[in-house]
Amino acid sequence: MALISLTPLDLALASLLILVNAGIGIALRLGIGRRILVAATRSVAQLLLLGLVLVWVFKQEGPWAVLLMMAIMIALAGFEAVRRTTHRVPGIYAMSMGVMLASSLVITLYGLTAVIGTKPWYQPQYAIPILGMVLGNTLNGIALGLETVLDGFRRDRVQIEILLAHGATPAEASRDVVRRAVRVGMIPILNAMVAAGVISIPGMMTGQILAGGDPGDAARYQIFILFAIAGGVALGTMGVVFGARRLVFDDRARLRVDRMHRTRDASTA
Amino acid sequence: MSLLTVQGLSREPWFRDFQLEVAEDEIVVLRGPSGSGKTLLLRAIADLDPHDHGAVTLEGVDRSTLSAPAWRSRVLYVHPDGPRLPGTVADNVEAVNALAVRGGATGDATLEGLRADAEAERLSSGEAHTLALTRALACEPTVLLLDEPTASMDPQRARVWEERLVSWVADARAIVWITHEDGLAERLGARVVRFP
Repeated sequence: MALISLTPLDLALASLLILVNAGIGIALRLGIGRRILVAATRSVAQLLLLGLVLVWVFKQEGPWAVLLMMAIMIALAGFEAVRRTTHRVPGIYAMSMGVMLASSLVITLYGLTAVIGTKPWYQPQYAIPILGMVLGNTLNGIALGLETVLDGFRRDRVQIEILLAHGATPAEASRDVVRRAVRVGMIPILNAMVAAGVISIPGMMTGQILAGGDPGDAARYQIFILFAIAGGVALGTMGVVFGARRLVFDDRARLRVDRMHRTRDASTA
Repeated sequence: MSLLTVQGLSREPWFRDFQLEVAEDEIVVLRGPSGSGKTLLLRAIADLDPHDHGAVTLEGVDRSTLSAPAWRSRVLYVHPDGPRLPGTVADNVEAVNALAVRGGATGDATLEGLRADAEAERLSSGEAHTLALTRALACEPTVLLLDEPTASMDPQRARVWEERLVSWVADARAIVWITHEDGLAERLGARVVRFP
């Protein structure tokens, strides 16, 4: 059951799937055609590059190449999470990157050492894909949580201010907003866990099965990665939501909406 | 003895070096043109907005020595327009009584002319102001900072609240009251301060 390699011709055939839909988008003036093409082109370039980089990383001795790659991935994820939100507040980039670093690293290192037990811990075959899966999902949770909490501070401003005026702490005054934001950030991964195996066959399991792995092993790895992802998303979402609260309230527990500003539409592709 | 003092409070460009002393049992009526910064002054006294400089004390205790929640629960600002919290009238009162700063105490929550199970969102403007005042009194503050609290009430309801607040303040408390209404200060027996 060896994996069948995909040739450039195979990929060209695969790109028809995108081109047809981009064509329909342009023909019907849906305003999405160009975005499809840009996103598809980006993913081709990024994934081919990743393949090349991984070949190089796999050849290096010692943990430094893995750590360097992890650092770059985490920084990009922290940056991208903020880029996807429509609100800005001073310190938000540093906060997002800090939370991304702490949450994804804690989860990944725990998974590598305590759960899988790879030796050495930085074995890139395990470390990079697991961090990547955790990061990608944590990024979604963080972006959703940030957008919801910052939007909530603005939208529920009056409610928060009434509570503050009656002696509420920032935590008490923003409890509704914080709760909503954490829930919104967690919904995608909760949905993914519910659908896993019944409606969808998750990506990691698919890959392992395609590569000829034992489906039982693939299922067990998928369970591990789902838990790791859920842990990363939960830590990351709570981290940025509480972090945003610290940035928006000042040292005298005032809601400083004046520190916030809106950007144009949140960036997509 | 003065209960509340405001010394040199400034928020450019609205007010500079503002001075005010309010004695126990006293109501001060604050009058001045719209947009002159009266609301910002009350918010600055309650420490809800950053201000440039100045000091505020309550019973001789400087505001900066107290936590912001402790200060605001004693020097309580009531927003104009009668904004509401989610839920019913009872939920609104319960929400402020449940705050940690209250330490489990429950103050006077007589729902003057309001049904406890009424949805706060559906209240008329006059009822919403009634709710705002009820909520504030339930927190047992020492000083109330009121921003046109009776402006949208019918005259009858407004008189009831004026009398209620006059007797409330007589218990070693104080009120700073923004209004545009002629004759209100006389009815309250209040001192008028022109602003700015």
